[in-house]
Amino acid sequence: MAGLAATLGSGAMTNSIADIPQADVLLVTGSNTTEAHPVLALQMKKAVRKHGAKLILIDPRKIELADFAYLHLRHTPGSDVALFNAMAHVIIAEGLANESFIAERTEGYDLLVEAVRDWTPERAETISGVPAAQIRQAARLYAQAKNGAIFWAMGITQHTTGTDNVKVLSNLALLTGHIGRPGTGLNPLRGQNNVQGACDMGGLPNVFSGYQPVSSEEVRRKMAAAWHIPYERLSPNNGLTITEIMHGIQHGRIKAVFIMGENPMLSDPNLNHVEQSLRQLEFLVVQDIFAHETAQFADVILPAVSFAEKEGTFTSTERRVQLIRPALPAPGEARPDWQITLDLANRLGANWSYDSAAAIFAEMATVTPQYAGMNHIRLEQGGLQWPCPTPEHPGTPILHTQAFTRGKGLFCAIPYRAPAEMPDEAYPLILSTGRILYHWHGGTMSRRSPGLNAIAPEAEVEIHPKDAAAYQVRSGDLLKVSSRRGEVVAAARLTRRSPVGTIFMTFHYAEAAANLLTIDAVDPTSKIPAYKVCAVKVEKVSREQ
Amino acid sequence: MITAEKITHTTCPYCGVGCQIDMHVKDGLIYRVDGRWDNKVNHGNLCVKGRFGYDYVHAPDRLRHPLLRTRAKSKNGQKPGFTPVTWDKALDLVANRLRHIRDKHGPDSIAFLVSAKCSNEENYLLQKLARAVIGTNNVDHCARL
Repeated sequence: MAGLAATLGSGAMTNSIADIPQADVLLVTGSNTTEAHPVLALQMKKAVRKHGAKLILIDPRKIELADFAYLHLRHTPGSDVALFNAMAHVIIAEGLANESFIAERTEGYDLLVEAVRDWTPERAETISGVPAAQIRQAARLYAQAKNGAIFWAMGITQHTTGTDNVKVLSNLALLTGHIGRPGTGLNPLRGQNNVQGACDMGGLPNVFSGYQPVSSEEVRRKMAAAWHIPYERLSPNNGLTITEIMHGIQHGRIKAVFIMGENPMLSDPNLNHVEQSLRQLEFLVVQDIFAHETAQFADVILPAVSFAEKEGTFTSTERRVQLIRPALPAPGEARPDWQITLDLANRLGANWSYDSAAAIFAEMATVTPQYAGMNHIRLEQGGLQWPCPTPEHPGTPILHTQAFTRGKGLFCAIPYRAPAEMPDEAYPLILSTGRILYHWHGGTMSRRSPGLNAIAPEAEVEIHPKDAAAYQVRSGDLLKVSSRRGEVVAAARLTRRSPVGTIFMTFHYAEAAANLLTIDAVDPTSKIPAYKVCAVKVEKVSREQ
Repeated sequence: MITAEKITHTTCPYCGVGCQIDMHVKDGLIYRVDGRWDNKVNHGNLCVKGRFGYDYVHAPDRLRHPLLRTRAKSKNGQKPGFTPVTWDKALDLVANRLRHIRDKHGPDSIAFLVSAKCSNEENYLLQKLARAVIGTNNVDHCARL
């Protein structure tokens, strides 16, 4: 979310799920919303079918939302910057920009004008494969909307240009003023139930909770005082990201890793590299509800409890903080994660005492401005959207209504960069990865559900019939998919959903882990791996092998 | 018809939409999950995972005891062995090893992965442990993945 933090000052969904039907144009890109966020997609469908909104879908694959789209632009994976720069070019060249909004609420406009001057739709067509006329049509439709809302997910951010992709989308909203009102905005859809919360709580290497930078002396003095520790204890240096941690292990910088509720042996890119790193560690602790793939490398495994057995809060993609409540007792001796952390901290010399999740929340709210007005008792009445600065504040459904968090919205001049790895003679196809409706992330949860597994029992490779014909592959044949980093075998599924030259796999299946193939090249700012584009080859293998 | 012993209002654990659910429990089993209407998020709706994807909570391979590795990390793909231990033994060992590694190699030789599936309270507390007790900012999670 580094892109929006730079352009607006706050890296979260600007609007709310409930105001989606107020948009008359929806621009959805890099989000297979009906499969990854099905209930939110219902609001998009409602906007189209019930209120007559026009949906612009920008996605290489013919996903279910294509059936609802007024316009479907199928661009080459990784060409997003070229495409959106061209849309900005059209909006400026045809006089569709919102001049008064630009003058009052933004800065850097001249730089943008200069940067997109040469980005004609014809030039973008040569890179993206999208006809120039369609790019013009999409730009006009979005710019001339009364309320235009942009939605995206990992299809935008999981590229080496992920931060750039977000900034060029942000340019479109700032150019047209489609922000700060119901039915507008820049709306990144968060994939997991509490990604937003984990970020808000300081689960990042450069910030404490509430995105307060560790590099700020003022912030460190405040946290040290609140936590009753010497100021010198808090490090002023940014820590390492997951991908850097894995490299750091190999270079001997990192000796011990403590993992709570994650399975990097399935979800990280370039799994063979992750395995080497985990083997090399001096000490690995895994705290989880299952002994998953990563736990096989642990020195100690600590049993935690599931969401159904504990109290606490999750923060949803629309910044809404909501309670979870225990419905069942913990299995065996398993304990809530916070109790384990508490006991470990006190063994390491801390002097902490919390008697409940509510007590931890209360402390967190005192050091986290966005959450300052919330507590578990208020949340009993229903969820609250941050920022909620005081106990009387009703929460904030729409961000940036009067001013941006950073003051003025910042336009960004973004040059096009090609993906880290593109098809060549040895690896002639593009592999893109993502989710399907019936399974979830690494599959640790959903693959233990007999019902869901019966519907989607085995890993598949989506391949276009033309590509399949070239390799003489029929539906159901086993395909070996190889990249420069590894290989997996999965069943072919012939479909026109994926364009010619691009195959698609999910990362839900441990036995055919797509992330053995993916590249760990990352976006230079956000450090998000490029899961959506890497080069692969395929060959047919027999079922007996 | 089965009658619930207890109906718990809680939040769906799957995607980031945050649907509100009623979890019906009888004999220690979740047997039904309904979408709640009293909110602006899901209006009673749920997807197939949110309605039916809860078997994992009752899975026989849920972890029930702290486990300690008994066999050295093998290089040839041999399965590791684990033995159950008490909480005291497990936490003492983790604390001692972390303290030893921090004293020998410095706080930045230790890294913590927090979780997009755990609660706000749990994430807050583990990053506080990393920063205030160990003294490192090596804290991340799979938001990027």
